[in-house]
Amino acid sequence: MSIDIKHVSKRFGSFTALRDVSFEVRPGELVALLGPSGCGKTTLLRIVAGLESPDAGAVLFDGEDATERRVGERRVGFVFQHYALFRHMTVFENVAFGLRVRPRAHRPSNQEITTKVTDLLKLVQLDYLGDRYPSQLSGGQRQRVALARALAVEPKVLLLDEPFGALDAKVRQELRRWLRRLHEEIRLTSVFVTHDQEEALELADRIVIMNEGRVEQDGSPADVFDRPASPFVMNFLGNVNIFHGRVEQGRALLGPLAVDYPEHASADSRPAAGYARPHELEVARADTGNGLWAILETANLAGAIVRLELLDDERKLLQVEVARDHYDTLNPKIGERLYVRPRRIRVFVGQD
Amino acid sequence: MAHVDTGRARDPKKGLTEPLLVRWGLTVVALAFLTIFLLVPLAAVFTEAFRRGWDAYASAVSEPDAVAAMKLTLLAAAIAVPANLVFGVCAAWAIGKFQFRGKQVLTTLIDLPFAVSPVISGMVFVLLFGRQGFLGTWLADHDMRIVFAVPGIVLATIFVSFPFVAREIIPVMEATGSQEEEAARVLGASGLQTFFRVTLPSIKWGLLYGVILCNARAMGEFGAVSVVSGHIRGLTNTLPLHVEILYNEYQFQAAFAVASLLAFLAIVTLVLKTIVEYRTRRSMDRQPAVVPAFRAADI
Repeated sequence: MSIDIKHVSKRFGSFTALRDVSFEVRPGELVALLGPSGCGKTTLLRIVAGLESPDAGAVLFDGEDATERRVGERRVGFVFQHYALFRHMTVFENVAFGLRVRPRAHRPSNQEITTKVTDLLKLVQLDYLGDRYPSQLSGGQRQRVALARALAVEPKVLLLDEPFGALDAKVRQELRRWLRRLHEEIRLTSVFVTHDQEEALELADRIVIMNEGRVEQDGSPADVFDRPASPFVMNFLGNVNIFHGRVEQGRALLGPLAVDYPEHASADSRPAAGYARPHELEVARADTGNGLWAILETANLAGAIVRLELLDDERKLLQVEVARDHYDTLNPKIGERLYVRPRRIRVFVGQD
Repeated sequence: MAHVDTGRARDPKKGLTEPLLVRWGLTVVALAFLTIFLLVPLAAVFTEAFRRGWDAYASAVSEPDAVAAMKLTLLAAAIAVPANLVFGVCAAWAIGKFQFRGKQVLTTLIDLPFAVSPVISGMVFVLLFGRQGFLGTWLADHDMRIVFAVPGIVLATIFVSFPFVAREIIPVMEATGSQEEEAARVLGASGLQTFFRVTLPSIKWGLLYGVILCNARAMGEFGAVSVVSGHIRGLTNTLPLHVEILYNEYQFQAAFAVASLLAFLAIVTLVLKTIVEYRTRRSMDRQPAVVPAFRAADI
């Protein structure tokens, strides 16, 4: 099923959670809503589920307006951030709940419920834990029970609120991979909310980046990472080095750096900033042109990538990532003056 | 520099606990206090009640006025407890699950019966519904009696016992939040299904605890009921009021016999309360003693 979010706005008292948000989720897609806390992503997810109603705008399921549809009638599966499992019920009863509360005419028989729940528990690899209570499970197990419970009602859309937020790093990694495989298997239209850019980049078919109630960018992981639409997206998706300066006459003059900027050909000068990721900077002993000198402060050698921190002449910090081989060949010493040159730099006008 | 002796094994809790003498002293004081103010009076009630033997006891509690008082007490409790149960759940639901203006005021108002003297509570009803009261004339015109009649007693009982249920379940409702209810709604449960299958099971022990306390107060209330009752024997006397009348008439044995019924109720209440507390604690940590090792497939 496709989801169409059209011009949705929502306020809570004086706080504006969403301002005119629009985007689309295509059938079978796995979309991440990514943004810092308080950006409105969870509110948007709750509006899609029907747990909140928008002040303006509409939510369409398969082209039909579902804004007025009640939460129970929307056929959505919702996995809550803290799972919200029914504490007084066993794992089995938790998963069976959605089937047991159906109106008598549509309610499956006990036999059918047992088969269905057992199948679902097998799907999430927890069939041997059916008679346990949620308090007896680990975080990752609870997460999967919540998922099985959501899938039991055969939803047309799966919504997950910070699905891995409450888990430790290793479990999170494994569950992520598992969820990706599960999604490939069942191909259910899914939207998940996260503040972890790595999670979004790894898991999603498409990422919708939100900030202060607005959509900043909507695109594939490669798109948003390589072609960020705004400084916010650039900043949010990883470490950046920022060079402040101005643009005029088709050139961006960013301190010691100068790059072509044909988009701004007029003579009037405007503030601008250049953004480069740590791996887009390279270091050398000689002046290779269009770069700056900086002193090597620290070098973190753990892993295949060496992370360097340098201070330029204005004592501004530069973060550089180089391949281990390159570092070993260069073999710089702490305190040595090195030439730093950006291989690639993105200029955003209007940024001080 | 101070010399630090590291060689001697030290009590790890030393410095955190009081000296033995203080511990024993406090325990003795507490026990002595309990004995003098609780156990001795309780024993006295039963001794006095049975002073003239079982027959006298039986006739005192089966005497028509005593039976009428008993019936009235049970009737008042039978109305007050369900009424307060419904009110308590509604109030706790509103306070625990919603955000609204005046929430703090509502929370404070629930405690009002604890704060005012029961006599004042009774007076309020007399002022409202009495012959000279605000609604007195209207009630008289329509041939209705509230004060000095059963309805007044029921009203006063409801008033003094209403905080118990609400106060017990508000913290439970606040602690559980509304996510489980939301989950139930998303899964297609109706409002009633959500309440009976999700909300009620999570508050049941708190609710039972509140009902037990509420019932004890409803049956034992003296002050407020005394003001609105009018002390009409066989008609508007509850058990506590009947005890007072018998005592004032120097029928000590009969007074204590009836009082022993109330004392017995108190003991039953305490036992139930202990059981409920035990069950609550058990259901809170339904955690296995040993967490089984996870299988390879587990995450």
